Amino acid sequence: MTAAAHRHVGSSRPVWLVLVLLFGVAWLVVALDGGNFVALPNLQNIAQSSVALGLVAVGQSLVVLAGSLDLSVAYVVSVSAVTASVVMNGSAADIPLGLAAALGVGAVIGLGNGAVIVGLRVNPFIATLGMSLVVRGILNALFDNFAGAVPDEFQALGYDAVAGVPVSLFLLAAVVAGAWLLLHRTRFGYHVYAVGGNIEAARASGIRTGRVVLVAHVLAGVCAAASGVFLASRLGAGAPWVGPDGGYDLESIAAVVLGGTALAGGRGRLLGTIAAVLMLAVLDSVFNQFQANAFVQTLVRGVIIIGAVALYAFREQS
Amino acid sequence: MTAATTAARLRRIAPIWVVLVLVLVGIVWRDPTFADPPTLLAFVKRSAPLAVLALGQLFVVISGELDLSVGALITACVVAAARLGEGDPSRTWWIILLVLGFGVVVGVVNGLITTMLRVPSFITTLGMMLVLGGAVFLWTGGSPTGALAENFRQYGREDIGPVPYAVVILLAIAVAAYFLLHRSRFGHQVFATGGGTRAAELSGVAVRRIRVTSFVLSGLLAAVSAILLAGFAGLSANAGQGYDFQSISAVVLGGAVLGGGRGGIGAALGGAFALQAMFTLLNLLGMAAPLRDTVQGLLIVAAVAFAAYRLRSNR
Amino acid sequence: MSRKVLPGIAIAAAVLAIAACTSTKPTGAAGPSSSATPTDASQSKFYNQADFDRELKQRTETAQGDPSTPWLQTIDASYVDTTKYKKNPKWHLCFSNASVSNPWRVTGLTTMKAEVALHPEIGDFTVDDAQGKDDKQISDIADLQTRNCDALIISPNTTDALTPAVTKACQSGIPVVVFDRGVNTTCPVSVVHPIGGYAFGAAAAEFESQRIPKGGKVLALRILPGVDTLENRWAAAKSVFQKAGDNVVGVEFTDGDPAKTKTIVSDYIDRFGGLDAVWMDAGATTVAAVEAFQDAGRKVPPIDGEDEQDFLELWQKDGLNAIAPTYPVYEWRTAVIAAVDILSGKQVPKEWVLPQPVITKDNLSQFITPGMPPLFYSTCGCQKMPGFPQTWGGK
Repeated sequence: MTAAAHRHVGSSRPVWLVLVLLFGVAWLVVALDGGNFVALPNLQNIAQSSVALGLVAVGQSLVVLAGSLDLSVAYVVSVSAVTASVVMNGSAADIPLGLAAALGVGAVIGLGNGAVIVGLRVNPFIATLGMSLVVRGILNALFDNFAGAVPDEFQALGYDAVAGVPVSLFLLAAVVAGAWLLLHRTRFGYHVYAVGGNIEAARASGIRTGRVVLVAHVLAGVCAAASGVFLASRLGAGAPWVGPDGGYDLESIAAVVLGGTALAGGRGRLLGTIAAVLMLAVLDSVFNQFQANAFVQTLVRGVIIIGAVALYAFREQS
Repeated sequence: MTAATTAARLRRIAPIWVVLVLVLVGIVWRDPTFADPPTLLAFVKRSAPLAVLALGQLFVVISGELDLSVGALITACVVAAARLGEGDPSRTWWIILLVLGFGVVVGVVNGLITTMLRVPSFITTLGMMLVLGGAVFLWTGGSPTGALAENFRQYGREDIGPVPYAVVILLAIAVAAYFLLHRSRFGHQVFATGGGTRAAELSGVAVRRIRVTSFVLSGLLAAVSAILLAGFAGLSANAGQGYDFQSISAVVLGGAVLGGGRGGIGAALGGAFALQAMFTLLNLLGMAAPLRDTVQGLLIVAAVAFAAYRLRSNR
Repeated sequence: MSRKVLPGIAIAAAVLAIAACTSTKPTGAAGPSSSATPTDASQSKFYNQADFDRELKQRTETAQGDPSTPWLQTIDASYVDTTKYKKNPKWHLCFSNASVSNPWRVTGLTTMKAEVALHPEIGDFTVDDAQGKDDKQISDIADLQTRNCDALIISPNTTDALTPAVTKACQSGIPVVVFDRGVNTTCPVSVVHPIGGYAFGAAAAEFESQRIPKGGKVLALRILPGVDTLENRWAAAKSVFQKAGDNVVGVEFTDGDPAKTKTIVSDYIDRFGGLDAVWMDAGATTVAAVEAFQDAGRKVPPIDGEDEQDFLELWQKDGLNAIAPTYPVYEWRTAVIAAVDILSGKQVPKEWVLPQPVITKDNLSQFITPGMPPLFYSTCGCQKMPGFPQTWGGK
């Protein structure tokens, strides 16, 4: 396989185009309805509500690009949120320790996923589904409510804005930038695409495929943990249900494929995922503006997910 | 018979049976009444919805796909049956036909989107799950309305003589599924499709048709499962919740490989029963409720790791 | 294009962080830290003796107001002046809903919309549904503050996580009404709720405890952990059973799933050779628990449920030995009424405690409205509203 083939990873431009279109339409219809869609508070709100899913989806993109999948992210979010708030327990001095512990737990769970997938050759769907059950059981056995608390200073992450831009958006931007550099400017990123594209060929060309998948899972764990930390800051503490209630497992996968990444791996763009996450947030905002009931929202999301992926598949064929 | 052939035979036994037997022994050890035929039959009866569902899922998995929409399909069928039936026993027959028909239609749609539009089945059926979940409650205004007639519920709840209806239905479906998967040309083609799509195509298998048919079987059996579950547990907005992942777990515990090409009817049934029996055993052992999830997770991963190990060592 | 922009944003972030810094987080909000004691494996976190005693006392008090309109009644009310919120109609009323994920909430929202329709002074009624997500509800509450609402009603998804968002909404100056689950702040103009979880749990447990032999075997079935009103129900029941010396043989979570409920109950019947009582923290799966006994050919022991139609009908038909402490749906009406009163400048109770009817075999028939769907909750107080019963799915 040639380098050119590896680099044929598609473009995220169409997804951003759709996002811009959707945004424009939302602006227009809300304006016709007498509202102001681009008012600062509304934009802040859309941005703010993209952060939690966005962070998880960055990690999910990495594993999906590497040809794997992570269904355990929702519980990683919970575990890290609880870990952060229990370790900090209201004391500002313990913020670094809490962060380290939360991200560390995420990394360990990611490592566990990777080890089971690579070492025991368990299908990623099953490995991470099993991991989510394991984590869920332990978490629910130890905690039954919000536990610990993050210090007030730490809640700045969830609530403050700098020059109108929510602080959490910088966190998301930093994580996206880091992941983007990793994917497109390092050897490791090249290997991720190679492994996801064709694992046999990648192995034949000397890539240590196991290690690539393992690292991708560790990073997915860390990203999900970052999302948990953000949620702990926003909710004031962590609880066992914050991840699964947010539906971050299936929603992050939906965002990844909505962003144009192939579920089979090897093809797709990280920025496409981010556009998709923003799209979902804009959609939520539009649903709110037009008072769509919860069941219509669910139905529309289902149709959009299938429709978008069908469209990508169609484009690829032609 | 030499020791070597005995060992070879033992190796061919699906490990899930060993697990199932161990779990059942554990249950009987804690609660000897479990071995009484009525209790045992009651156990099979309440496992029947998951077992039937797992058989449908098995066809899809062997053909190389996944069906995440079965849980939502069950909810939709149960809620629709109550809404349309309104507890009127004279409507039961056409409602059963309608529910089964709906299962088939959902299967066809899943299959066509996956094969013709080339959407990965994970996404197709995830989308279908959202569509069904949204649509059915949009239709009923948020929570179930109507009621389920007693003669609709009898299939999941009542007995014919000493044997529950559900057990008879499960048995009939299992036998039919066995012949379809292991003794027919279609079954052979399902394995071929999942084992290697390209090779199957080259050898003249209509891969798309096989996949669509697998989804139809999954949809149909999910509808049957819905009828059994509605009978067993009654009307609720939660009917079928979690059954999507449970059915995949059952199939995988039974040695089927996600990605296709491997699996068997008997072992899938064993997987479904093992899951249910495990729930009962952990209950009997008085283990803290949340830790049961942990045990189930470890078990699923261990089963698949073991299957992968055997696959490698057999080569 | 965007690939060059992103690293730039990260750097800009660092620079800007030193520049202007504004916070949307309310100052002085009581975070979860203030209310939550350190995690303890026991129930202590959810057990507050003072609240327990108060609720048990309120059970026997006579509520103020006309008993035929219980949603207007109050218990132990201390009124607050609301003249500063008085506004000319028409009003724009906003509501941040936690979810419509169960039939109790569906009945509630339907009833709430019907109540809104009764008030011509309400011009607009905007509902944001958080779909059970704390994070989304925080955003929803922020969203509603941009929509020119005249009053904001909030049904929090969880008490702890929503407290800062509610505090912030209060600070925006619009009157806030919180109902159902509470918040850890006194800033809302009025907080509406029925007596509470302790009263619910105790009523059921006392009923069962009185009807079983000493040391009788009780199975406790709970929906899920962590929801404060459900935790309170169990905390009260646990203490009742402990005092009576009853033997709680198991505490199981059902996730509100009838199939799981039936399986658990069957397992316990087999394991213990029958049960003397089943205590449930919510009615959603009571019918399944009853059927587990019936299908096993056993007599149904004392059991509790709620006011959902299928259970009440089964109770009447089979003459069960049962009780239904309720968590009345009519609080959804009261929330709207409180908002209307506030915008009219009428006094409202700071804490609007509603009576919590207990359904027994003596008053059972009053609570059954024939022709309603199985998961209709009869304490909606909606039976005489326009559009009943069709709007609620009845005939």
